[in-house]
Amino acid sequence: MILTRLATIATGAALLVACGSDRDIVQYGPNPDLPEQQRGLLPNMTIADPAGWGDRRPVVPAGFTIAPIATDLKIPRHTLVLPNGDILVTEGKGGGNAPVMRPKDLFVGYFLGKGTSPVKGGDRITLLRDANGDGVYEQRAIFAENLNAPYGIALVGNRLYVANQDALIRFDYRPGQIRASGPPVTVTPLPAAINHHWTKSLAASPDGRSLYVGIGSNSNIGERGMAVEEGRALILQVDAETGASRPFATGLRNPTALAIQPGIGQLWAVVNERDELGPNLVPDYLTSVRQGAFYGWPYSYWGANPDRRVRPFKEDMVKRAVRPDYALGSHRAPLGLSFSAPAMGDRFANGAFIGMHGSWNREVQVGYKVVFVPFRGGRAAGVPVDFVTGFQADGKTFGRPVGVTVDPRGALIVADDLSNTVWRVTPVRPPAPARGRQS
Amino acid sequence: MASPKHGPARRIIHPVHAVLLASSLPLFLGALLSDWAYSSTYQTQWLNFASWLIAGALIFVGAALLWAAIDFFRADLARDRAGALSILVLLTTFVLAFINALVHAKDAWATMPAGLILSVVVFVLALVATWLGFSTLRAGATR
Repeated sequence: MILTRLATIATGAALLVACGSDRDIVQYGPNPDLPEQQRGLLPNMTIADPAGWGDRRPVVPAGFTIAPIATDLKIPRHTLVLPNGDILVTEGKGGGNAPVMRPKDLFVGYFLGKGTSPVKGGDRITLLRDANGDGVYEQRAIFAENLNAPYGIALVGNRLYVANQDALIRFDYRPGQIRASGPPVTVTPLPAAINHHWTKSLAASPDGRSLYVGIGSNSNIGERGMAVEEGRALILQVDAETGASRPFATGLRNPTALAIQPGIGQLWAVVNERDELGPNLVPDYLTSVRQGAFYGWPYSYWGANPDRRVRPFKEDMVKRAVRPDYALGSHRAPLGLSFSAPAMGDRFANGAFIGMHGSWNREVQVGYKVVFVPFRGGRAAGVPVDFVTGFQADGKTFGRPVGVTVDPRGALIVADDLSNTVWRVTPVRPPAPARGRQS
Repeated sequence: MASPKHGPARRIIHPVHAVLLASSLPLFLGALLSDWAYSSTYQTQWLNFASWLIAGALIFVGAALLWAAIDFFRADLARDRAGALSILVLLTTFVLAFINALVHAKDAWATMPAGLILSVVVFVLALVATWLGFSTLRAGATR
């Protein structure tokens, strides 16, 4: 206990030193500090320097343990825990087809590539099974392959929906199945031209009649022109039966993960905000998504703060922009979102876990961890708590969290697309009386 | 060859040096016009044009600068104030054009108005540098 506390103090002190002028800036919660916009001649970039985990492990809070349950995957992104406890992992790497428009694109493409895994995306879904419930996922099968950069995944009854980078597709699913029984059916094509932000996040409405698909923008702030932003930077509501779709909410620059709040069925999203306004702008956020709402991109951020890099500029859109619920900090790149369950223990029972891929266009790196945002009265409230850390040390980066999924039996599944690992965090419990897994 | 009576010879500009020096002019002019087109239409494609034109011009200015610098420090060629000024203007052109390239790496309207102003300044400087380069070197040809 004392050791833990000491470690916390030491970490805190290190953070203060590391952040320098950032220390006065509070960027979580409903009212984040929003400093002046700034952009020097050269953008600040610190690209992750990848290294193997070796004997290291990610760090989890006291009372929890972490173990890799699958390694050597091909760019794992999001996970889904099936009713029988099997885990599906989407693997792929999309985009990359955006034409080079400016000399800058050549440099940025090269540098960003250095901070990611060199492995080719699997374009497949892997199934992991722990048949005897001992926490070791001894069986591994390829559930489906030859997909196109699958990312979001959701199960509704006996239908498994997968969001490829260019289409929402559907498989039939029977409990216990380890391989899809046939090729997928296309529910609806999704906007895929250029695909600057290619990840298509996915959640199903509680009644299963609608699917929500998060579609990222085709640029940082409209520098490719607004014509290519048609149908982008929004959450699409898709009719599960007919495939008909309509925008559910707009102005969300890159909604990288969607989740339904248990109990009340509210849709939530984590969104990656814009770059090149300084190291502490614009905060990425977690928000409940209001139907018909406009969240600002590209004309404004965090409500009505105008971003005049966009021309023609639309003042009326700034006035329309609604404020998100909860800031997560700038450039942290949240890519995973999952609501907790009582089995995660009292401290982490009520809230949401968020996987943060980590920054690149900021001198001091931030993100690179999984945080827990506590909820009170159905709303995000209080200080985010570090849940999985240790993805970076000694200037090296060992992993980058993407999708997080709570297993209601008491585990958090974390996909790591740098080390191509799926991690499983579980509460350490006194040995419980033997209990049937399927009961 | 150097004439013993008049000291080191002044020469006619080398044809390749002339091409390097003059080539940046239409490129910088194109960048200027593209910036102007973007600022009046908001069509971001003009900014892309400007970025590439500046990058291309930088290559020519850089090569012309190198050539001029080597000539300037060669022992067998004349060094005078006009030659020094020519190089200085060319160097200033290169530095400002490089800054302009960085400004053009910003997104959309973040490039403006600095990008357009720099494009005008750089074009005028390139014009002066070319004029100085040709006039100072050409003088030797008639002797």
